[in-house]
Amino acid sequence: MLDKNGIAKRIAKEVQDGYYVNLGIGIPTLVANFVRDDIEVEFQSENGVLGMGPFPFEGEEDADIINAGKQTITTLAGASFFDSATSFSMIRGQHVDLTILGAMEVAENGDIANWKIPGKMVKGMGGAMDLVASAENIIVAMMHTNKRGESKLLTACSLPLTGVGCVKKIVTNLAVMDVKDGAFHLLERAPGVTVEEIVAATAGTLIAEGEIPEMKL
Amino acid sequence: MINKKVNNVQDALQGVESNMTFMLGGFGLCGIPENAISELVRLGVNNVTCISNNAGVDDFGLGLLLQHKQIKKMISSYVGENDEFERQMLSGELEVELTPQGTLAEKCKAAQAGFPAFYTPAGYGTEIAEGKETRDFNGKMYVLEHAYKADFAFVKAWKGDEAGNLVFKGTARNFNPCMCGAATITVAEVEELVSVGELDPNHIHVPGIFVQRIFRGEQYEKRIEQKTVRQRG
Repeated sequence: MLDKNGIAKRIAKEVQDGYYVNLGIGIPTLVANFVRDDIEVEFQSENGVLGMGPFPFEGEEDADIINAGKQTITTLAGASFFDSATSFSMIRGQHVDLTILGAMEVAENGDIANWKIPGKMVKGMGGAMDLVASAENIIVAMMHTNKRGESKLLTACSLPLTGVGCVKKIVTNLAVMDVKDGAFHLLERAPGVTVEEIVAATAGTLIAEGEIPEMKL
Repeated sequence: MINKKVNNVQDALQGVESNMTFMLGGFGLCGIPENAISELVRLGVNNVTCISNNAGVDDFGLGLLLQHKQIKKMISSYVGENDEFERQMLSGELEVELTPQGTLAEKCKAAQAGFPAFYTPAGYGTEIAEGKETRDFNGKMYVLEHAYKADFAFVKAWKGDEAGNLVFKGTARNFNPCMCGAATITVAEVEELVSVGELDPNHIHVPGIFVQRIFRGEQYEKRIEQKTVRQRG
């Protein structure tokens, strides 16, 4: 089974040379730490920066340079700043190659719910609805089950949707799956996890054909 | 040169009244019009609608207007950092309209550019699209969203000149350029106000035509919401 860093490490392998990537808050943010050194990737943050670098050194933080999580950041050589409409033109216009974000639920038809729990304080969707409605390549990073042990991979989402039919790939603490043709397709197992355990933790339709390899990190 | 300079925040906010709709730039606490917000608190206008990506924190940014119960309705994409906001929302004192972030930016931009409405894929199939016109373009579904209408836009830039030309710094740019010219009157506050001719026309982010009033803000706290640093070595 993977921890959060393990999930990020596995997703980092999906990031290819020349990609512009938008990382959501939480596990997706960790992906930046594991991207190979020998490829060129630029990270976009929807509040208006392309070419995000690491956090600043103590004393060098600048209130005017933050990411979408409102954290102080730095920029790398070649970075650019822009307004919010331009930022979402990059996203809506499919110029961003890969979007990685978290989810509360994903359905076998690719629907995603990650912004609202009825009865709880609603904080808002931020840029998530724009991201999922527009991106061609969306990877969801999440735990396979919620804190109560219930599957987050469902036949249909029970929570209010963020977007419909948009998730293509999911990496959880247990497995890597494609989402297509109305089902989850098991591609890889996390180290030490059996197909049976993944099947048991998946409430939606899971197709596991042939030998399912253990993921290489 | 058409001079947009006003001497202070009091002059800049002439005509502001209760029951109006305001646009306020900023992302979190980054690039917010700190001086205009302080003046709105001092003026005590109430029952106002605020279009702003976020709602500040309890004791800073739009949180100050919330503290004084001046806001009737917030139109935002994310409001998670404010306890007083939560209290007023749950008690029904405060009306909240949540809008996808890119849609919010574009609804400002549409008002600026003279488009009454536009189609976006964001929110299709979700509760955000309920009651809205939807349409198929090339096999993909889109939602019709309308331009905002506001009385004042309060924006904050790094530098500006007396002609109202603006230059922004870092990610403090965010929604500010989108809101310029998107309301009846746009009020820009800047850290540095220079004479015309001092800014290179090639480096202007927002041309002065979109700005009606410009003033130098007295002071900027520029509070950091999440200070994150790495260790040396």
